[in-house]
Amino acid sequence: MIRTEEMLLNVGPQHPSTHGVFRLLVKIDGEKITEAEPVIGYLHRGTEKLAEDLTYTQIIPYTDRMDYLSAMTNNYTIVHAAETLMEVEIPERAEFLRVIVMELNRIASHLVWFGTYLLDLGAVSPFLYAFREREEILDLFNELCGARITYNYMRVGGVKWDAPEGWIDKVKALADKMKEKTEEYDRLVSGNEIFINRTRGIGGYSADDALAYGLSGVNLRAAGVKWDLRKDRPYSIYNRFQFDVPVGETGDLEDKYRCRMEEIRQSIRILDQAVEHFPEAGPVMAKVGRVIRVPAGEAYTQIESPRGELGCYLVSRGKDKPYRLKFRRPSFNNLQILPKLLKGENVANLVAILGGIDIVLGEVDA
Amino acid sequence: MSAMTFLGPVVLLLLVLGFVTIAILFERKVLGWMQGRVGPVQVGPWGLLQTVADVLKLLLKEDIIPGKADRILFKIAPVIAFVPAFAVLAVIPYTDRIVFADIGVGLLYFIAISSITTIGILVGGWSSNNKYALLGAMRSAAQMISYEIPLVMSVVGVIMAAGSLNLTEIVKAQESLWFILPQLIGFVVFFVASLAELNRTPFDLPEAESELVAGYHVEYTGFRFAFFMLAEYVYVFAMAGLTTVLYLGGWNPLFGWTFLPPIVWFAAKFLLIVFILFWIRATLPRIRLDQLMQLGWKVLLPLALVNIFLSALFKEVSGIGNFF
Repeated sequence: MIRTEEMLLNVGPQHPSTHGVFRLLVKIDGEKITEAEPVIGYLHRGTEKLAEDLTYTQIIPYTDRMDYLSAMTNNYTIVHAAETLMEVEIPERAEFLRVIVMELNRIASHLVWFGTYLLDLGAVSPFLYAFREREEILDLFNELCGARITYNYMRVGGVKWDAPEGWIDKVKALADKMKEKTEEYDRLVSGNEIFINRTRGIGGYSADDALAYGLSGVNLRAAGVKWDLRKDRPYSIYNRFQFDVPVGETGDLEDKYRCRMEEIRQSIRILDQAVEHFPEAGPVMAKVGRVIRVPAGEAYTQIESPRGELGCYLVSRGKDKPYRLKFRRPSFNNLQILPKLLKGENVANLVAILGGIDIVLGEVDA
Repeated sequence: MSAMTFLGPVVLLLLVLGFVTIAILFERKVLGWMQGRVGPVQVGPWGLLQTVADVLKLLLKEDIIPGKADRILFKIAPVIAFVPAFAVLAVIPYTDRIVFADIGVGLLYFIAISSITTIGILVGGWSSNNKYALLGAMRSAAQMISYEIPLVMSVVGVIMAAGSLNLTEIVKAQESLWFILPQLIGFVVFFVASLAELNRTPFDLPEAESELVAGYHVEYTGFRFAFFMLAEYVYVFAMAGLTTVLYLGGWNPLFGWTFLPPIVWFAAKFLLIVFILFWIRATLPRIRLDQLMQLGWKVLLPLALVNIFLSALFKEVSGIGNFF
C-alpha cells in the first residue's frame, strides 16, 4: 500500500533566500505548503535595552545596524524623536541634506530589493545591474560621511558633515542617470512573460487584511491603501516636495514590484526638487548643547522607511540617556502575515512571497 | 581493427574535456560581459586556467558521504549521470569524416542514452537522504519525463524530411536547405525542450539555488560533485551539437563559402547555439514547476504534433515537397 506523509522542511537559518538569518519551518505535502512557522531572533542584539545606557549620540550608530539597507532613515528616527521633545529648530541646509540622503537611501534600498528579488526568482543579471547603480549611491554616501553601509550621519540638531564641494552636482547627475536606469530595468524585467507569470496573482491579500495585520509601506499600499507618512504625516520638509504615492490593487507580488519601482521614480523626483532648492550656504547643526539632555516627556514619531512605518517611542526623564526606547520596526510587523500567505502555496512561491515582503533581518530582530 | 578504433575515443574524450574547460571559461566570460563584470582574470592569462584550478580544487576536497546516505547508490549516482553524457558524443558527426560511431539509429541512440542521466540525478537525490536533494531529484524526474516527449516528437519532422535516423544522413539531406526553415515549429519546440532537458535557465528548477539550495547535488562534494557539473556541461555541448546537426545543416557551409573547412562551419554554428544558451541564462528568471508542466504538455506537445502533421502534409505538395 502506498503511504504518503507530510514532510517537515526546515528552511534556514542558513538558506540563500531567507535574506539573512531567518528560519522557516514548513510542512509540505509534495510541494504544497500546509503550514508555515517563522522562527526569528537569530540576530537579536537588544538594541532597545542597550539604548537605555547610551547617550543619544551614542544610540545613533546602533540604529544603523537595525535596517542596514536603509541606515539613513533609521538615523533619522532617533534624532527626530529627540528633537521633537527638545523642540529644536533644524537649520534649512541640514533638513535638505537629510531629505536627500534619506531618498538616496530609499532608492538604494529598493535597488537591493529589486536585485535580490529577481535573484530569488532565478534571474541573475538584474541583481548585478541593481548593485552597479547602488554602488554609485554608496560612493556618494562614502564621500559625505565616510561610510558605505553604517553611516552614523545624523545628529540631534542636524547632520554631522556638510556636503563636500560638488557633491550636490553629483547627486543631480546620479538622479538623471537613475531615470535612464529605471527604464532599463523595465525593459529587462517588467514585461517579461516569465516574471509576470511568477508574480501576477501570487500572494495577494485584501486591504482589510493588510490593515488587520498592521502592514505598512509598500505591503500596505500594494493592497490599495493610499498611506504614505511622507504625505499623510509630513515630517522634516517633505511637505514642500511634489511626489505621488503609487498604490496597487490586489496586494499580489506584481503590485508590490510595480509600487517599489514607481517609488524609485518618485524618490528621483524628490531628489530633483531638493537639489534645485538646496540652500547655498548655512549651518548644518542647530545650537544644541554638547551634552544632549532631552526634556522629560514621551514622544512617538513615525517616518516612512523603505519598508514601511518606522516608529520610535521615546520616554525621557530629563537625563542624557533615554529612560525607555521602543522602535516599531516595519519588517517585524510586515512579517507577521507570512504564515497566512504561505498556506496552500508551493515551495517556489514560498521564496517569491517571502522576498515580496522585503524584510531586513537586522530590523526584524533588532 | 585500426588504431583509430582504440585511440579515437581517447582522443575524443581528451578533446571534449579540453573543450569543456574552455567552454566553462567562455560561459563565465560571456555572463561577466553581459552583467558588467570581467569574469575570471586571476588564474593564467585572461583567466584561461581558471577551470583547471577549479577542478583541481574539487579533486583535493574532502570526499564527504552523509552518515545516513545510501552509500552504494550515493557513490554510483555521479557515474550514472556522467557516463551517458560522454557516450552520446560518439554519434555526433562533426564533419563527414570525423564521426566515431556512424550507426544507423544515431538519433535514437542519442535520445535514449541521454535520458539515463535522469536516473543518475534521481538516484543521487534520493540516496543523499536530504529533503532538498529529494525535492530537486523529484522535480528533475518530472521535468525530464515531461520534456522528453515533445523533444522526441519535434525531431520526427526532421526524420521524415531526411528519411533517416542516421545523423550523417540527416546532415547530408540539408545540403540545399537547412531544416531550421521548413521545420521552424519543430526547431522552436526542440530548442525549448532541450533547454528543459539540460536543466538550463529558465528551466533550472532541479537545482534552483534560491529555493532548493542546490537541488539534487546538495550533499555532494569534491570530485563527485565535479562529475555532476561536468555531466551537465558536456550535455550542453552535446545538445548544441545535436541542434547544429538536426537544424543548422551540420558542417554544410552557408552562401556556398566552401573555402572554410567543414569543421569550422560546424564549430561556428555550434558556438552560436552555445552562446544563445548562455545569453538566455543571463536574461531570464526561472519558471515555476506547475507552469513548466503546463508549457510542456499543453503547448510544446501539441505544437510538436502539429509540426508532424504539417510536415507530412507539405511533403505531398509539389514544388515545396522536396524541402520537407
